[in-house]
Amino acid sequence: MGERALEGLRAYRLIAGMWVRSTMIYRTSFLLTVAGNLLVTGLDFATILLMFTRVDSLGGWSLPEVAFLYGLSATAFGVADLVLGSMDVLGSRIRDGSFDTLLVRPAPVLAQVGADRFALRRLGRISQGGVVLGWAALSVDVHWSAAKLLLLPLMVGSGAVIFCALFVAGAAFQFLAQDAAEVQNAFTYGGTTLLQYPPTVFGRDFVRGVTFMLPLAFVNWVPAAYVLGRPYPLRLPEWTVWSPPLVAAVCCALAGLAWRAGLRSYRSTGS
Amino acid sequence: MFIEVDGVEKVFEVRKKTGFLKRERRQVRAVDTLSFTVARGEMVGYIGPNGAGKSTTIKMLTGILTPSAGRLRVAGIDPSRERTRLAHRIGVVFGQRTTLWWDLPLIDSYRLMHRMYRIPDARYAENLDRLVELLDLGALLDVPVRQLSLGQRMRGDIVAALLHDPDVLYLDEPTIGLDVISKARVREFLRELNVERGTTVLLTTHDLQDIEQLCSRVMVIDHGRLMYDGPLAGLHEVGESERTLVVDLERELPPIEAGGSARVVRVEGPRQWLAFPASESAAPLVARIAAEYPLVDLSVREPDIESVIATIYAERTTA
Repeated sequence: MGERALEGLRAYRLIAGMWVRSTMIYRTSFLLTVAGNLLVTGLDFATILLMFTRVDSLGGWSLPEVAFLYGLSATAFGVADLVLGSMDVLGSRIRDGSFDTLLVRPAPVLAQVGADRFALRRLGRISQGGVVLGWAALSVDVHWSAAKLLLLPLMVGSGAVIFCALFVAGAAFQFLAQDAAEVQNAFTYGGTTLLQYPPTVFGRDFVRGVTFMLPLAFVNWVPAAYVLGRPYPLRLPEWTVWSPPLVAAVCCALAGLAWRAGLRSYRSTGS
Repeated sequence: MFIEVDGVEKVFEVRKKTGFLKRERRQVRAVDTLSFTVARGEMVGYIGPNGAGKSTTIKMLTGILTPSAGRLRVAGIDPSRERTRLAHRIGVVFGQRTTLWWDLPLIDSYRLMHRMYRIPDARYAENLDRLVELLDLGALLDVPVRQLSLGQRMRGDIVAALLHDPDVLYLDEPTIGLDVISKARVREFLRELNVERGTTVLLTTHDLQDIEQLCSRVMVIDHGRLMYDGPLAGLHEVGESERTLVVDLERELPPIEAGGSARVVRVEGPRQWLAFPASESAAPLVARIAAEYPLVDLSVREPDIESVIATIYAERTTA
């Protein structure tokens, strides 16, 4: 198991490196997308800032506190997005048949798919999240005990791992969804409204918007409440602040199972 | 035996809509109790019409797909169980999709193979030099793949598939879309590879000339079943296929009386078409005609694979 993981990391590094070099061929384009990325993610936080020009607190949380929450999740998501953010090209790889070429390589498929279209421009989101988080951590009125300081990287790390697990689960779903007829049925029976938008919009936003909220609530809100000295949501016991790594591990295990099931189904049904 | 396929089946489940919310499940047998063996160093052509089960077989042999039933071994390895271990022993060239890195110089793709397959440095350098020279790619190593022609890219893909010294090479339509010179170069290379390295080669193709010039053995598959397994000449006999000799005479003449099993099938001005069994040599026929008629030009047309297979298939079903 450990050997396989190392093998996977090695393959990931090799392939990601090739994508970075491919991107650097078009240097100007790269710089422009990085700038665009920074701008867009920056606007994201600007919306929150804008709201605070009208109100002093949001649900009882001050600006630095909300920024703390925002920075935590933005950084964690940024890391996951950098690492596995392009996994949704799997669907098109399956459709055009190029997925098969990955299966004849002596490297774990998950690593190869994960590194597919690796894009350094996604560093933009991490840096933006990091800046907000840093500013928030310095601005909140909190006594930084050793426990709280330890909790910080733990939250970012666990959050990133959970997001990664969700990317993997989302990709695993594409093994099933690539059955075009099935997808078509879903849309035809699903109402005409859905057809007014390209299906890709749903894939991405659904996965990124809704699904990510659930485990994150656990990982982000509970420990953040502890750090900021606020009452726990749902009156959870205090030890739950240390649960993020546990939640992350469970998410990984589930995502791993989903991936294996998806891959097995592909290999038994083919294109 | 190097490749063993024993009673292998592949069944896909296809779901068809039969009414509102109603779906019918239907099983499609892409490969049906297929059995064959390939010895080390053999060069086998694997042919059949589209949808006959060719790619499904190749996908099972390369470990991409898991068979529904039967036993499969390549170099003693069960492909679907030990996919990554098998990967070190096989090379795969998918004719219509490149595995090279589009925006990067050709050499970069090879460096990736070097590290991904953990090819020892000395062997990598030696293989690269040899392959690049044989396939005449030396001047193109620093050119981005997107700037290569189709033929150059195909040669590039073949190099990429062979850097790790695989024991068996699968080629899926290796000459499709290539010009005559590129085709000849690829064939010449494959022949040398097979003779000098003893690499086992299994190739699927629509081009009968690929088979003719490369393979001592041909397997024909249709509807997931092996219809023929033997030398190409035998295939023509079994299929009773005919080659066509197109003869241009100096002037319009009555149909040529060539004797033997040849007969005129069409006359159009000074041009005449003669059909003769594909298993016979064209030389005596040409000599006879040249001796007795004012010959300007001539050419031989091979029977196309589809019609040969169609004949075999018709015979099997009526028998």
